[in-house]
Amino acid sequence: MVLNRLLPAAAAVAAILLFGCANQQPAPKAASAEPAAKSSVPRYVPPADPYPSTYHPYPGVPTAITGATIYDGEGGRIENGTVVMVDGRIQAVGGPDTPIPDGAVRIDGRGLWVTPGVIDVHSHLGDYPSPGVEAHQDGNEATNPVRPEVWAEHSVWPQDPGFSRALANGGITTLQILPGSANLFGGRGVTVRNVPGRTVQSMRFPGAPRGLKMACGENPKRVYGARNTMPSTRMGNVAVMRATWQRAVEYRERRARDPNTPRDFQMDTLVEVLEGRMLVHNHCYRADEMAIMLDMAREFGFHIASFHHAVEAYKIADLLRENNTCAAMWADWWGFKMEAYDAVNENIPLVHQAGACAIVHSDDANGIQRLSQEAAKALADGRRMGIQIPDEVAWRWLAINPATALGIADQTGSLRAGKRADVVLWNGNPFSVYTRPQQVWIDGALMYDMNNPRLRPVSDFELGQPGEGDTK
Amino acid sequence: MKRLSLLLAGIAALAATPATAQTLAITGGRVVIGDGSEPIDNGTVVIRDGRVVAAGANVAVPPGAQVVDARGKWVTPGVVAGFSRIGLVEVDAVDATNDTRANTSPFNAAIDVAPAINPEATAVAVSRAAGVTRAVVSPSTGRSIFGGQGAVIDLGGDMHPITRARLFQYVELGEDGAGDAGGSRASAHLVLRNALREARDLGRRGGRPDDVLLTRADATALVEVLAGRQLLLVHAERASDILQVLALRSEFPTLRIVLVGGTEGWRVAREIAAARVPVIANALNDLPATFEQVSATQSNVGRLRAAGVTVAIGMINDDEARQVRLSTQYAGNLVALTHVPGATGLSWSQAFQAISSAPAEVLGLGGEIGSLRPGRRGDVVIWDGDPLELATGVEAVWIDGIRQSLENRQTRLRDRYRRPQEGNLPHSYDPR
Repeated sequence: MVLNRLLPAAAAVAAILLFGCANQQPAPKAASAEPAAKSSVPRYVPPADPYPSTYHPYPGVPTAITGATIYDGEGGRIENGTVVMVDGRIQAVGGPDTPIPDGAVRIDGRGLWVTPGVIDVHSHLGDYPSPGVEAHQDGNEATNPVRPEVWAEHSVWPQDPGFSRALANGGITTLQILPGSANLFGGRGVTVRNVPGRTVQSMRFPGAPRGLKMACGENPKRVYGARNTMPSTRMGNVAVMRATWQRAVEYRERRARDPNTPRDFQMDTLVEVLEGRMLVHNHCYRADEMAIMLDMAREFGFHIASFHHAVEAYKIADLLRENNTCAAMWADWWGFKMEAYDAVNENIPLVHQAGACAIVHSDDANGIQRLSQEAAKALADGRRMGIQIPDEVAWRWLAINPATALGIADQTGSLRAGKRADVVLWNGNPFSVYTRPQQVWIDGALMYDMNNPRLRPVSDFELGQPGEGDTK
Repeated sequence: MKRLSLLLAGIAALAATPATAQTLAITGGRVVIGDGSEPIDNGTVVIRDGRVVAAGANVAVPPGAQVVDARGKWVTPGVVAGFSRIGLVEVDAVDATNDTRANTSPFNAAIDVAPAINPEATAVAVSRAAGVTRAVVSPSTGRSIFGGQGAVIDLGGDMHPITRARLFQYVELGEDGAGDAGGSRASAHLVLRNALREARDLGRRGGRPDDVLLTRADATALVEVLAGRQLLLVHAERASDILQVLALRSEFPTLRIVLVGGTEGWRVAREIAAARVPVIANALNDLPATFEQVSATQSNVGRLRAAGVTVAIGMINDDEARQVRLSTQYAGNLVALTHVPGATGLSWSQAFQAISSAPAEVLGLGGEIGSLRPGRRGDVVIWDGDPLELATGVEAVWIDGIRQSLENRQTRLRDRYRRPQEGNLPHSYDPR
């Protein structure tokens, strides 16, 4: 178990009692019929990581792509470059002299581009899957504005056909699936590998921290205001958030004093945030509201990893930089509601230019198929206003920046020796509208190949239906 | 460039007049006619009195014409949005600014969107700045399968947006139609057939029978549809629904039907082609978003076209009120499919045609808009590169031969916040 080094000792003890020890991972004990007071009842120690990842990389073969233009995802660019994947990891990235192991499959990448797999920090694949029928609306537990106890992974339907579209058309290798924004505290998000699986556990990114979805603005106050309950205003949003964080602070202190304090799953989530083990991803459009949220984070001692849908991030890019908070943005969505009214096409490059962390995100089963195109549009709009960002630097918006916001930058998000071999080979310049993924590897396993119809995933839902196995 | 800026100043002075009597020649650019023909290098486009006089290679510059140098640029007809609700909405979620549907109106087919169109809606200027010059504007349905009568508009910076009012009737015949008609597709078809019969009865001796469901205004509106004088745009996605739409003409042979949506059209492409029914399609649907789109694929448009169907690209989704500017990106993606084994895309020229002359032809306005063939309206765009490519920007737009402003709320906000930090005074005091 990773514990925050700055964690006070008492809290650390409490946390170990709360979450157990990763090395032992005792199984939950069945409830006994004996009265709880009897000493013969074994003490229940919850597992450190319930619903653990069962993901394992699929088999790959040592593979070398040569002669390609490489964007490494951290801002670097190599012409006539070589990428070597061995045992699921990037073994080497370099120029034409890069050693290639004997027996490796060699792919001629001349005229092609290689990038790290695209990462989307904001998806509802699986919890708002296709088909979007009422029975599939599993993203918003809109029964109370405070629902940090729900976990998006408990809603995710692995058979959502959208996963395969994101892979084949978007080169998406990792994505965070979040609860919706009806609630101020929407619940826990889950980061997954974009591999087909029977269970969500088999997709979960091993070791990736979970996220807490929070939401500002119109959605929570509209949903609950319409029911004549709090919050019905933006100030109501903030008041309920503060009251909830205050409960979390007190709960944490109480647990530290008395480990027998009854467990509260809502508060457990928030304590993980306060202890730096869970990352806050905050749906927040307006500049003024983002500034309020940054103050709230200071008030209670947590950090906001990223604002999502940050349509007005360009107005406070300096604050984002100072607070080390990323902005996840669309290229050009706007106007569908009041808080999206002040969108500009240059939002992403303006945030980047200010020295803040810019991310391109989708929030959409269609948009996730074209994240590189969204980046390309924003990049071009930025250049037209004089913000000159090289292509390979802009690729950070799709790679190392989202990996950082998700707390997995040590694992993926760039083509660096030792990292997971999450790689896309594009059939042209990936910022061109005419380009598509040619091959996609996840942990060094070839999961999509444009030229091989057998490497085109078909979900259970699509099986036996018209269009099964078609190019999509 | 000096010439261009001189022209800008000149046109600004003339902006108040509806059409310029001047002659404009755009020279040296890569000219796209928009009719599916290949681009022409070093071409010239001549506009006089708001109409195209000539476009292509070896076109002489008339004496006295104002000349715009477009060397290194692309010159095309303005993009025509094949389906939209632009001008009917300022902010989707602000009901008071959203005129797309009338949920509690006593009328349906009689509704005419033209009076509701606001040429000053922000989306008009935003779309114009991206090279969109005309748009098909359709109402949505409220509590009837009939949405009412739609228009074609221009996106010019003046108060006269209507190119053609009451050009078509819009009707829902898929899942939405079933809902509008009380809960089933069978009911939706009955409602449609009954309405057309009531329209037919209006013109008969002895007047209307006792049992009528439509108001007189609604029935009267459908007389034009029944007579084939007004197009009937039918939204249907499922393959079987599409076949049922085609079958309408066995009972009503004079209907001029246009399919809207048609996501599963590729599976009945031969039937659509044989019926000579054109399609306005979403370009990139590839998810089974509903059970009527289970076989969705981005190859739909390409496969329809390969089968001989006239296909235009429209926005039949949540972006219809604001994002017609994505038309070029969508068209470009269909070109990308030509490099994907097993997929069917469009050639570049076919793709551009699908967002210019094809929607014009589908709406019966091919002689007016959508291409740079002689006699068409002078809707011209100069781009700094391939108009379907993501990095390309718009340099100049003319509508009816009038040079247009490319400024809008978004460009003003961008310029205000080039630097987020405030200066000696807050941003609100920024001089222009």
